[in-house]
Amino acid sequence: MRDGRGQVRRKVGLRLWLSAGWLTLLLLAALLAPWISPKDPLAQDLFLGRLPPFWMAGTEPGYWLGTDSLGRDVLSRILHGTRVAMTVALVAGTITCVIGAVLGLLAGFLRGWVDIVISRLIDIWMAFPPVLFSILLIAVIGPGLWSIILAIVVIDWTRFARVVRAEAMGQGAMDYVASAQVAGRGRMGTMLVEILPNVLPTIIVLLTLEMGIAVIVEAILSFVNLSISTDDPTWGGMIAEGRTSVHQAWWVLVFPLITLFLTVLSFSQLGEGLKDRFDPVLR
Amino acid sequence: MPLFRAVLLRLLTTAVTLLGVAVIVFVVIRVVPGNPIAMMLPPGATDEDVARLTALYGLDKSVFRQFLIWGGGVLHGDFGTSITTRQPVLGLVLGRLPATLELSVMALVIATALGGFAALTGTRLRGTRSEAAIDVANGMALSVPDFLWGLMLILLFGVLWPVFHISGRVTPSIELPFTTNFYLFESLIRLRLDLWWDIVSHMLLPALALALPLAAIIGQLLKQSLKETMHLDYVTLSRTKGYSETHVITREALPNAILPTLTLVGVQFTFLIGGTVIIERLFSYEGLGNMAIDAVINRDLPLIQGIVILFAVIFTAVNLIVDLAYAALNPRLRHA
Amino acid sequence: MSFLEVRNLSARVRGAPDRLLRDVSLSVAPGEVRGLVGESGAGKSMIGKAVLGILPRAVEVLCGEILLGGTDLLRLPPAERRRRIGATCALIPQDPLTALNPSRRIGPQMTDRLVDILGWTRAKADARARDLLAEVQIADPDRVLRQYPHELSGGMRQRVLIASAFAAEPKLIVADEPTTALDVTVQKEVLRLIAGMQARHGTALLFVTHDLGVVSKVCQSLSVLYAGMVVEDTTVRDFFRAPAHPYARALLAATPKYTDPDRSLVPVAQDVLDGVQAQVDAADRGWRNG
Repeated sequence: MRDGRGQVRRKVGLRLWLSAGWLTLLLLAALLAPWISPKDPLAQDLFLGRLPPFWMAGTEPGYWLGTDSLGRDVLSRILHGTRVAMTVALVAGTITCVIGAVLGLLAGFLRGWVDIVISRLIDIWMAFPPVLFSILLIAVIGPGLWSIILAIVVIDWTRFARVVRAEAMGQGAMDYVASAQVAGRGRMGTMLVEILPNVLPTIIVLLTLEMGIAVIVEAILSFVNLSISTDDPTWGGMIAEGRTSVHQAWWVLVFPLITLFLTVLSFSQLGEGLKDRFDPVLR
Repeated sequence: MPLFRAVLLRLLTTAVTLLGVAVIVFVVIRVVPGNPIAMMLPPGATDEDVARLTALYGLDKSVFRQFLIWGGGVLHGDFGTSITTRQPVLGLVLGRLPATLELSVMALVIATALGGFAALTGTRLRGTRSEAAIDVANGMALSVPDFLWGLMLILLFGVLWPVFHISGRVTPSIELPFTTNFYLFESLIRLRLDLWWDIVSHMLLPALALALPLAAIIGQLLKQSLKETMHLDYVTLSRTKGYSETHVITREALPNAILPTLTLVGVQFTFLIGGTVIIERLFSYEGLGNMAIDAVINRDLPLIQGIVILFAVIFTAVNLIVDLAYAALNPRLRHA
Repeated sequence: MSFLEVRNLSARVRGAPDRLLRDVSLSVAPGEVRGLVGESGAGKSMIGKAVLGILPRAVEVLCGEILLGGTDLLRLPPAERRRRIGATCALIPQDPLTALNPSRRIGPQMTDRLVDILGWTRAKADARARDLLAEVQIADPDRVLRQYPHELSGGMRQRVLIASAFAAEPKLIVADEPTTALDVTVQKEVLRLIAGMQARHGTALLFVTHDLGVVSKVCQSLSVLYAGMVVEDTTVRDFFRAPAHPYARALLAATPKYTDPDRSLVPVAQDVLDGVQAQVDAADRGWRNG
């Protein structure tokens, strides 16, 4: 059906552009936060506490999205919170992806005892409630940016490992692999040159998904006060504060929440858009 | 005979998994820099007091010996004593379990209903713009985790339009005549509908927050499965017999479409249960998850161990039930 | 007076420039067995599906009438159309391996239409199912009724499907290449069964097939299709003696004969194909202008 296909193509493009646009905006915000923030995110002024956003009555000029209980500017804090969020997303997402994908490839292609060990490990890992495990890890290692990144990697590598393992197993059974091996390529070589390119699209889609998850995990950890060790604002921390004063100053919760929501949505829609792009049927 | 071997193998792998979980937790939390004993005692405590309590909780021995002692206790049903509350861990944990179970099950029911409805309606409206709209909504809902749903629900129904409660399991002032901690279940049995409604209005939002991600998955998976099943010849044949489209979808296609989705839904259900940790915290719901976070913050080692093991047991039990259900429902396997 | 009459039926895939069915007309009298012949893609299956109301969603009817017992199905509201087709027609499907619901036992699949649509009692429906299974020579019908499809062989499943088709004593059965998916050894047996049951029950049969040999054994009349257009409509006897249309003649000549195994296969000649294609193009031009 001509029209149906045409419509799908258009939607795919729109989704990709919108999500990529938002994420680029965030990256810029993260890089330029100190220069584009209207106020100092850490500056407290109890006389200016709980000011509503600019379109409501009783607010002060310059505090576009209002202030929290301690008088700190919400907008500036959100902009600065972007730094933590983006760092965690990119770094934790990538490391998790690499470690998980490598283990998955090894397990799926080499099979044998390598597969048995890794699969057992995955089973054990998946018997842990992820949030609890990450909270536990942070409590053990102590808070900090790298602790969060480590926690995310440790709890979520299984996501990649399982999927990549299944794909590698499927690919490994295919004829082109047998031909390659007959032609004399070693096992490692086969894995890297023949299988990896075919598994790559799946990995990339999962990577974007993982970045969204990383942002959420950081937010949750901030929410339970186990995130970074400094006073730097985080979206999760703002949400935690906002939760407690939700009846008196809803904006303290709403704006970081919207930002978080749009970010997570963008990451996953980016993944979906990429997946559609990679799908040979649609191409 | 082959069935016996399969069951045995399954039990063995489960035991290994649980053992692995226990070891990991045990080791991980004993790398703790913070000293739970010191956190318990008042500031003026002497070194003697600290030493005494440390010995009492067996924390002066090597990690390996501690594990053996703990393991031995477990085999006798003794999961140790909570450092913060001085009560047996098993009792504490089993006391909070019903709250989390009720919440998880309620979430599962809601998820199945919503997801199933979305899938069936989407299939019935195949090829229309409504179906496309459902697909888009479902797709977006897929990317929203339970944490975000919870926050949005709090804003929507706690602040904007306060219909439901956003805190706790039950209104504190009410006197509860229950013997077990299965409040929801017991209130129904005792026909105390006033209590039942109070409990439901506290549970609804956290359950919804947990349910929506699973509902989105069910919606998408089941719809896909139905779409494939609807192409099969027996469905077409059923149409020639005079049956309506709705009948064909629900009575011919659905029973066959459910099967492939079952195993994945089972895994996702375990993620849902894992989600109770943060959702319970968000809604101040007095369940296992909430207790777990406190335990971690307070470094209550025996309690942490007990809760983690319990979660692991629940997860493996769910996986087992799902595999059994799959075998039971698949007519081909039933006769194998 | 025919039971089924298709008049000038045209259909196409939505949005496609060319028609799938080009002005198809045919009729089937009560008790008559008509063959619907053509190569793959000629549209013979589509006609059967159009009659039974199971055209794929992607296909739309452009014009024409499908008269069942005098009433035009295409002008009826959907629920009424379904009911009428369900009560008077049946399908013998092509692939016995996918035409039975794997999650339901054989019995309910045979009797459901009787109970739900026609209002029979369970007892009466079960008795009917048992009789029918005996008619298609299945030993131990009671046992088979309780079994699941995967417990039966392909041949047995096809017998069940044939029996099911006759369950509501339909006036018309559409047999969609019922022997194509079977082993050659089983084909003959199944054909015999279908022919036998048709004769006993006096049901009209629209027999879709690409195999002229089958047509010669079972059918009384046939329609030959090329690219969705009827190029020949005649009795079987006349056809095999002297087909009128060049394409039909070529088809007959191309059929391998057991009696002459050493004769080389004669494919349909290119000029014949060109000729019939020109006919199709002319029809299309007429359609577009008309």
